[in-house]
Amino acid sequence: MKGDGVTTQENTRRSFQPVNGARDWWQHAPMWQRYLLYIALIVFALILPAPWIGSFMSPASDWTSVLIFPIGTYILLAIGLNIVVGLAGMLDLGFVAFFAIGAYTVAIFGTKFGWNVWPTILVGIVLAAVSGVILGAPTLRLRGDYLAIVTLGFGEIVRITANNTNSIGGARGITNIPHPSPIFGMEFLLDPAPYYYLILVAIVLVIVFSVRLQKSRVGRAWAAIREDEDAAELMGVPTFKFKLLAFAIGAMIGGFAGGIYASKAVFIAPDNFPFILSATILAAVVLGGAGNLPGVILGAFLVAWIPERLRSVEWLRHLLGDKDPAEYRILLFGAVLVLMMALRPEGILPSRQRKAELREGTGGMGSLGGEVAGPDTEVAAEVAK
Amino acid sequence: MLQTLQDQFLGSTIGGLVLGSIYALVALGYTMVYGVLRLINFAHSEIFMIGTMTSLFILASIATSGHIVLGLGAMILLLLALMLASALLSGGSAVVLEQVAYRPLRKRGSSKLAALISAIGASIFLQELFALVIIPNVFGKSGRVPQNAPRFVDRDTLFPVGNAVVRTDQVLVIIGAVIVMVVLDQLVRRTRIGRGIRATAQDPEAAVLMGVSIDRIVRITFLLGGAMAGVASALYLMELENTGYRVGFVLGIKAFTAAVLGGIGNLRGALLGGIVLGLVENWSAIFLGSEWKDVTAFVVLVLVLMFRPTGILGESLQRARA
Repeated sequence: MKGDGVTTQENTRRSFQPVNGARDWWQHAPMWQRYLLYIALIVFALILPAPWIGSFMSPASDWTSVLIFPIGTYILLAIGLNIVVGLAGMLDLGFVAFFAIGAYTVAIFGTKFGWNVWPTILVGIVLAAVSGVILGAPTLRLRGDYLAIVTLGFGEIVRITANNTNSIGGARGITNIPHPSPIFGMEFLLDPAPYYYLILVAIVLVIVFSVRLQKSRVGRAWAAIREDEDAAELMGVPTFKFKLLAFAIGAMIGGFAGGIYASKAVFIAPDNFPFILSATILAAVVLGGAGNLPGVILGAFLVAWIPERLRSVEWLRHLLGDKDPAEYRILLFGAVLVLMMALRPEGILPSRQRKAELREGTGGMGSLGGEVAGPDTEVAAEVAK
Repeated sequence: MLQTLQDQFLGSTIGGLVLGSIYALVALGYTMVYGVLRLINFAHSEIFMIGTMTSLFILASIATSGHIVLGLGAMILLLLALMLASALLSGGSAVVLEQVAYRPLRKRGSSKLAALISAIGASIFLQELFALVIIPNVFGKSGRVPQNAPRFVDRDTLFPVGNAVVRTDQVLVIIGAVIVMVVLDQLVRRTRIGRGIRATAQDPEAAVLMGVSIDRIVRITFLLGGAMAGVASALYLMELENTGYRVGFVLGIKAFTAAVLGGIGNLRGALLGGIVLGLVENWSAIFLGSEWKDVTAFVVLVLVLMFRPTGILGESLQRARA
């Protein structure tokens, strides 16, 4: 791979030298140093809601609430979607459907049957996984763009169905969703702090789960599928099974996030689960660097936080003639996406493997970059069987 | 149930054909760009939205009330003017879109995922630009509420068919759509430009070696696809008489469904797919109620992709005979 020095790529590599240095250090760091860093990160996360941090990070709205939604929720969703997009290389534009299924499960079981929130979150995770399998089983033979559009359709089907079904509140949604019951002496009521710690625990659990998976045999199978599905199949990887697994696990994490969200929000409606949320989470994953967990978390954090921060930028308010900058944040978000893809399509902190692929010029997303089955490919013949 | 079906079937069919022609026109843009670049132009729905706004602007500036009274000749002339203006603006926007959102990525050889994200970004940007800046400044209303268009084609019965009627506006939509589609089809099949488009779709590298300028072909493809969406938008505004900053979203997905249904990359397939989708949607509304129309469209999409991902016709732009 040496000696293919195209200047722009050389520049990118050089400008991210500190990141590379940190990664090299991390790979050779002894255990006690790693655990020291983990502890430092957890301590940092614990003191994060402190008002003196909030006064800079979010002057316009309550910082702890912002940390729960959007920041914590987006991070949780992005870690889930990263398994589907970043690790297994499938393009999913309907991820919000699983978020909605988790949220609706908690809402329905809580309000109609008076269940405790904790078991309903588990039920939500299971139902999300089941719906992931139901959607995935017939459609995962599709690739790339086609899969993206089918999943987009699924997301819309879920939203419209919720909107048109009066027994689950229709367009008016579900109100009075119960708060979780106290656990470990923490009361879940109006104070946002316990929810922050709840979502923090959820994120840590999901990170550990995701990293263990990525390093296991399953993770290697996903990588093989992402790089070249046909080759993986020929080498004896049961690609369909592993793709379905990735889809179901991603869905589970989406459902988990939905359950927590519903129990915090107290009220949910179909409008809480629009397509734009799927697009935002996908953007967070790609922006951060699909396949690289720290990158994905950073991406989700930025995508969630920047619009909140823009609410209170004074010069922006003057520039817009006293209009609320918050109104313009989605517009800016769109522009940033276009710019970002033009300047740095591999993301802020790309995974090394993907960067190497990009340098090889293979597009770097395996089957995502590959051809969609056309009328004159063998794949089409396979599908037609 | 059978009685309702009998009562509503013909009316639904006519409505389905009208809706289907509009889907088909928008689908042409998806199918052409996909054929040439292997890229779903996700922001095509916003190109359509820009077209409806152009038509609305013209109508609003000549209307004094909610109804423009015209003779038949003047009416058709106005419709032609709307189609032309919308086609120009939509086509132009599509070219700018390609220049800004896709060309830099294409030059770098980025992944499809990057192109898709860029398209989603452009789509969001255009929607918000209209909602926040353009609609309030041009029409003086909030950009988030639907905008009503003045009526200029009467909803009168042209001739009865069984227990249903065919109205003037419906005939105009179908005739307009068919003429434009035939023109495009002939353009792609018979002219030099069309040959360039087909060559690029078939094998971009060989096309370059044969002296085809890819950049120029891509630009023309976007221009033509955008213009088709513009024509569709004028007809849409005449038929449905309202629009908004998000008008393109669901319509865009359905048009893409139509393109896939007919066989993506295939112009005649887009026509067929659009009509089929319009009909299926309207027929399903008889049984399920119109609020489930969109779900039907998506279910059709999933089923088509599962069982026949190459679409009904299957033959693509690459293989279209000269």
